[in-house]
Amino acid sequence: MKIMVAVKRVVDYAVKIRVKPDKTGVETSNVKMSMNPFCEIALEEALRLRESGLAKEVVAVSVGPTQCADTLRTALAMGADRAVHVDAGTAHVLPLSVAKILRALVQAEQPGLLILGKQAIDDDCNQTGQMVAGLLKWPQGTFASKVVLDKENQKATVEREVDGGIETICLDLPAVITTDLRLNQPRYATLPNIMKAKSKVIKKVTPEELNVELRPDIEIVQVTEPPKRKAGVILSSVDELIDKLKNEAHVL
Amino acid sequence: MAAIAALRALRKSSSPCFAPFRTTFSQSIRRFISTLIVAEHEGGFVKPSSLSVLAAAEAVSKENSISVLLAGSGPSVEKAAQHAATCHPLVSEVLVAKAEELEHPMAESWAEIVKMVQQKGSYSHIMAASTSFGKNILPRTAALLDVSPITDVVQISEPRLFVRPIYAGNALCTVRYTGLDPCMMTIRSTSFQGEVNPSAAKANPATITQIDISSLNQEIVGKSKWLNLSSQESERPDLGNARVVITGGRALKSAENFKLLEKLAEKLGAAVGATRAAVDAGYVPNDLQVGQTGKIVAPELYIAFGVSGAIQHLAGMRDSKVIVAVNKDADAPIFQVADYGLVADLFEVIPELLEKVPEKK
Repeated sequence: MKIMVAVKRVVDYAVKIRVKPDKTGVETSNVKMSMNPFCEIALEEALRLRESGLAKEVVAVSVGPTQCADTLRTALAMGADRAVHVDAGTAHVLPLSVAKILRALVQAEQPGLLILGKQAIDDDCNQTGQMVAGLLKWPQGTFASKVVLDKENQKATVEREVDGGIETICLDLPAVITTDLRLNQPRYATLPNIMKAKSKVIKKVTPEELNVELRPDIEIVQVTEPPKRKAGVILSSVDELIDKLKNEAHVL
Repeated sequence: MAAIAALRALRKSSSPCFAPFRTTFSQSIRRFISTLIVAEHEGGFVKPSSLSVLAAAEAVSKENSISVLLAGSGPSVEKAAQHAATCHPLVSEVLVAKAEELEHPMAESWAEIVKMVQQKGSYSHIMAASTSFGKNILPRTAALLDVSPITDVVQISEPRLFVRPIYAGNALCTVRYTGLDPCMMTIRSTSFQGEVNPSAAKANPATITQIDISSLNQEIVGKSKWLNLSSQESERPDLGNARVVITGGRALKSAENFKLLEKLAEKLGAAVGATRAAVDAGYVPNDLQVGQTGKIVAPELYIAFGVSGAIQHLAGMRDSKVIVAVNKDADAPIFQVADYGLVADLFEVIPELLEKVPEKK
């Protein structure tokens, strides 16, 4: 079975982002970029499934500009067998378009499982996985904290983190899974693997070649900073805290 | 209300004699706002998060014609439908899909149901709360309807102009939806708390209609099966709408110590939350996690014990009215957002608070 993993290049999770003064967006030039943490977890899960003999090949894909190739190199260094870069230039690609691109790739590659991170930490949309599943008419296991594959019966049992606790569902393969934080701890790429990755293939395609039209249905009007909180005070005792909460803030 | 129903009937009419009439009519009806709310229910009532969506729908338009969609099995969904019919004056219709297999919400069947309802009702907007239910179902449905949805809306200024948080809430993005109907979105319920006058709604209850789901595509719907939900029974109020939230970080050091927090929470009538680190360490279950990828809360009072204040945690609680932080480390980032801070050992502060805090009335 082949597993396809979609990864996204985003601003590193530890960076303190700055809103551009002209309000057109967030400052991303000269800022550290990395593979989205949830995507790393998705890739790690695919690699573990291959290592346990349940899959033969892991293909990493990414949609974005030229620099996406760096993220795919990291994916190859972590252990992906092949990579596909869908070059959309500098166009802002909405999740629906990404989903249509992934559908086209899935139809070409025929994987038994498509794994994605549940959300990208830049736009925090949490949509793409669900959308591809809908387009492919595949079942979906979102916010996965555990995945158990039954290769013989072609099923995946997925534990999901939901508002009420942990939900367990069973999906017929092929299926789409989106990963949550506790699914696994991703590996670091070792130096030998980074060297090996340099000779692995990254295939390049464009959305046009996949017959996908990028439809800009959502227009970004402006990006602003959230309202700033008034500066707080450090108190010196529990008594003072209770007093402030009762008599100043009126919340107790 | 009758005029609106008549207009809708006219719009849906496929009678040929209305065709030329309908074209000019439909251009002005384009501005006619109607919303399908994909709602959740529990214990026979519409959930508070779904009630917030009603407030959001009213923000889209004060003349919004709202249909509430509920699904489930047994008497509890019927009871919830009764609640939905009288919970808000703008609700004109409650749609109920009742079947054994709908007892637990699965995205595959829900997406097909919402698509079917949309094709019949031609709503201009479809909304759900930004809960694990809404986030799981709405995007899949949007793909079936070939529209781009908007997740986690916190502000609505016009029917197609929204504000949503990005980068863990460190920036706010104003977006305009320029696609075809329906405009679909999930709503952050802490941003929309409507004060509804119940008597206005009760005077004119909405109609309750059963939906026929016999034509659902079993090939799609049959590919997933619900097995189990493990959740902790708790006396504590729901984290999403508690007035007071007390959160513990990894500094609590054990599940046992979290019981101390529970005691304080009980005294204050508060809900208990946790940071990702505390959940990862196994001190508490995942449904207590507050943060960018956990629950978003905005209580009157948020008290954080032993929480460092990572960006991802702040994303989940920065809209709280009053924030209190207790941490041994004076340099912890949490103190930058706290209104009141105590640089002290939480293991000394909690017992002292337990002793001195007034009992919840």
